[in-house]
Formats: sequence, structure tokens, C-alpha cells
Amino acid sequence: MSRSTRRGVLPGFGVSLGITVGYLSLLVLIPLAMVPLKASSMDAHAFWVAISSPRALASYKLSFGASAIAALLNSAFGVVVAWVLVRYEFPGRRILDALVDLPFALPTAVGGLALTTLFAKTGWLGEPLAKLGISVAFAPAGVCAALTFVGLPFVVRTVQPVLEDLDPELEEAAASLGASRWMTLRKIVAPSLAPSLLTGFALAFARALGEYGSVVFIAGNMPMKTEITPLLIMAKLEQFDYAGATALASVMLLTSFFMLFLINRLQARASRALETS
Amino acid sequence: MAGATKSRLGRGGAARTRPAAKDPAWVRRLLIGIAVSFVFVFVALPLLLVFSEALKGGLGGYVAAITDEETLHALGLTVLVVLVSIPLNVVFGIAAAWAIARFDFPGKSFLVTLIDLPFAVSPVVSGMVFVLLLGARGVLGQYLEPYGIKIIFATPGLVIATTFVTFPFVARELIPFWQTQGAQEEEAAITLGAGGLRVLRKVSLPAARYALLYGVVLASARALGEFGAVSVVSGHIRGETNTLPLHIEILYGEYQMQAAFAVASLFALFGLVTLVAKWWLEKKSRLEREQTEEAAALR
Repeated sequence: MSRSTRRGVLPGFGVSLGITVGYLSLLVLIPLAMVPLKASSMDAHAFWVAISSPRALASYKLSFGASAIAALLNSAFGVVVAWVLVRYEFPGRRILDALVDLPFALPTAVGGLALTTLFAKTGWLGEPLAKLGISVAFAPAGVCAALTFVGLPFVVRTVQPVLEDLDPELEEAAASLGASRWMTLRKIVAPSLAPSLLTGFALAFARALGEYGSVVFIAGNMPMKTEITPLLIMAKLEQFDYAGATALASVMLLTSFFMLFLINRLQARASRALETS
Repeated sequence: MAGATKSRLGRGGAARTRPAAKDPAWVRRLLIGIAVSFVFVFVALPLLLVFSEALKGGLGGYVAAITDEETLHALGLTVLVVLVSIPLNVVFGIAAAWAIARFDFPGKSFLVTLIDLPFAVSPVVSGMVFVLLLGARGVLGQYLEPYGIKIIFATPGLVIATTFVTFPFVARELIPFWQTQGAQEEEAAITLGAGGLRVLRKVSLPAARYALLYGVVLASARALGEFGAVSVVSGHIRGETNTLPLHIEILYGEYQMQAAFAVASLFALFGLVTLVAKWWLEKKSRLEREQTEEAAALR
């Protein structure tokens, strides 16, 4: 796709690259370097204690577990939403398509506030669920609900374009050659969607791991029970325990780098798969 | 990592639905039912609830909550933060996209990855790094403090943190647009003797106006609603460093539910406007792309 020119006719290479690298360094790279800088000034033992305390371990468990559940929910339902949006014609399809983007357009605090009230014991959904003995708000399930909300657009928006480019004629050909619908889905549709589904899952998971705004409302924030890692970092910062916060932040930052690397690889693979198909 | 999905600009969008490949009616109904229920529970219901709760105590309470002095101050501060951080990122986005889409250089794909970094980092960590750098005891902050320059727990900190989290949006829209568009028109203008800035102003930017606007819309939505990063650097000083999303948390903590939802409803309204703007920009850019493709086919 790239039809970039060689450094020739067009001017402004030095200026634009200079602004880019300068701004990037000042705003992003130097500030982010504070985490390893501060962490390296810590005693190794203190660092280890900070990242392996029972409270920290409980927060990783909740953060990773709830993010994985939310990303799985979003993958399962996201594929259905994408399929329905691309393949079927029904009243309200446009509205459904637009609503998928709302979690990007709404502050996470608003999402968190609304979900908390929705799932509270007296809420529209919380009340019937409470009668069944299920509590969502102020429980780990609430964290999953909030993380599902913030990650909802990712799988739909990565799978949807692939599904649009997938020619239904392939499926028709398979059917005319005697393949059952189920077999066609398994052998033709599923392999084409897999790379984009995996990318969507990774994006939703990465987003959920770092999320703070919506969870702070719905979780109840009880240490060891409903405290996600970003919340624990916040608690340390409020006590001016910058060293402890930095130690936990370096764990988060390493995970972020790993996810970014993974997503880049997945996206490269997905776009290659799209080109060869 | 809001917005980290591929841009929807210039895509076919859901506009061309293909006749379903022979799924039986009950399968269709079941899948549509599942999809609609999922989006209804997690998106539509929370949205409806915001308006319902905001108006529960009557219109008088709603208006009182929105015209409250602290709410108005928080609104003003939020708008100020957006008005400073977005133009900064527009300038950066144009520069970055020009360098990346128009030239080849070693390390280009690494640079593109670095631009995505703010999407990958937790908002809390994003806020924290600025406390470590610019706080009163921070690496740079300790030298600023004797001069009475306060950045963290003050408005400049809010602006910097917001600029950080909205950093990639504009660049991410402009880069793919300029890459697919090619540089022929710009090269022609340069050959005819126009200066670089003039080409940018008269050729490149007008062509990319929808992509640019799209990035600005996404970045503004994020900037208005940013919570985690801003929460760390704000210090929550009421009437001073309280942005509108942080104000919601305070109202909620004080059990002022109608007021909290009244403020939330402002965001919900703005969110709906954002969706309409996105839809309109996607439609416009699709039309324009189709026209250029037709014109190219005729030639």
C-alpha cells in the first residue's frame, strides 16, 4: 500500500522528523523512562517485596483473571455481533452498529457509574440477579462487567472488516460441492476469522489490564478481594509510597510492552493473511 | 488502548450487507437476538439508565446540579485542558504523519510502534510517570519548585497528562490516509515551484480533512473523559484541579446520585454527538474515496 517517495522532491523531512522525535521524547519516552530509573534506585529486596506481597499477588490475579474473562466474553459475543452486522439485514442494524462504538465515546467513569447502578442490589439488573443469589456490583463479577464494557468495540471492529472482505461465494461454492453448513463454517469461515479474532482478543485484554476509571466505581475496592493492580498503584501513590507504586508500575509496564509487541505481530500476520486470501 | 483498532475511515462499512449465505431463519433470529441482547445489556441499558437517573428527581434538580458552581468550574477546566492538548497533538500528528507517510528512513516501523505506546500503558501509570518527573520531589520538579512553578496537582499537570493519553489519535488517522493517497499531487505542486508549507496547507491537508477531523473527534472524546491519568496528577483540589469526570467520582462518593448522573448525562449526550460525527465522517470519506476511484477508472 505504501507509496512513499524517496527522499527527493518533497521537502520537510528533517523538520517533520525532528518535531516527531523531539515531541515523542519529551512527552512519552523521557516520562516513561522514570519507571526504570526510579525502580533501579530501589534496593532489589525491597523491589521484590513490593511486587510479591500477598496484596499485590491478589491484585494480579484479579486483574489478569477478570481481563481474560472480559476479553473471552467480548470475543464470543463480538464475533456474533460482527457476523450479524455484516451478513444479516434487520431493523435497527445501523443503531446496533453505532452503539458498538459508544464505549470509545463515553468516559470510562460514566460507564462505571452506570454499570454500578445497573448491577447494584436495587438496580434494574442487580435486583433480579440478587434474588438468584448472584451479586455483581462490589464483587469480582462487577470488575468483569466493567472490563467487558470498555473492551466491547475491539473484537467487533477487528473481525467486521475481515468478514466484509470474505466472499460469500466461497461458502456457496463449498455448499454446492456438498459441504454441510457447519463444515463450511469450520473449514472456510473460521480459519479466515481466526487471526483478526486473536488480535481483537489481545486488544481487549490489553485495554482491560490497564483500565481504572470504570472499575473504581463498581469494584468496591476491597484489598485482597476486589482490588485491581492499577487501583493498588493508586492507593500507594495516595500514601506517597512512590517506590512501592513504581515497583508495581514496572510490572504493569513490562506487561504493556509485551502486549504491544504481541499485538503488532498479530496485526502484521492478520494483514498478511488478508492479502493472500 | 481506546481507538487502537484499525481506522474505520474509508472502509466499506456495514453499508453493503450481503444476502445471508443460506442460514435458516431460526439461526438468524437466534444470532440477532444474542447480538442485540449483549449490546443492549452492556451499552444501551447503561446509557438509558444515565438519563433516567439524571431526571429522577425532576428537571429542577437536574438543572441545579448542572449549574452548580463547582460543576461549572470543572466543566470550564475540562474544556480548557482539551483546547490546549488537542491542538498540540494535531501539530505533532501532522509532523509525524508527514515524516512517516512521505519518506523512507531506517527505524520507521519502530517509530510507528512508539507512537502507539500511550495506548498500551495503563492510565494510572501514565499519570504516575509525570508525578515522578515533575512532582515537587521529582527528577525535574525539584528544580522547578524553588521558583514556585507547580505542575503536578495544578492545571499544567492535567494538560500534560491529557496530551499524553491522546497523543496517538491524529497521527494514527493521518498516516494510513496519506500512505494510500500517494504523493503525486504534492510532487507536482513542488515541481511547479510551491513551497513545502504551502503544499501542506493547499494540497495535503485539504485532501486529508476528514481523516484529520476524525482523529480530532476521537482524541477530544478521550481527552474530555480521561479519568485515570488525570486522577493521579490532579490531587483532587475542589474548585481548582477537579475536571468533570473526577467531579462525577466526588459526587458519587458523597451520595449525590442525581448530581452525579446529571453530569454523566452531559457526557452521554456528547458521546452520542461523537457517534453521529464519526458516522458522518465515515460516510463523507467513503463517498469521496468512491468518487476518486471512479475518476481514476475513467482516466
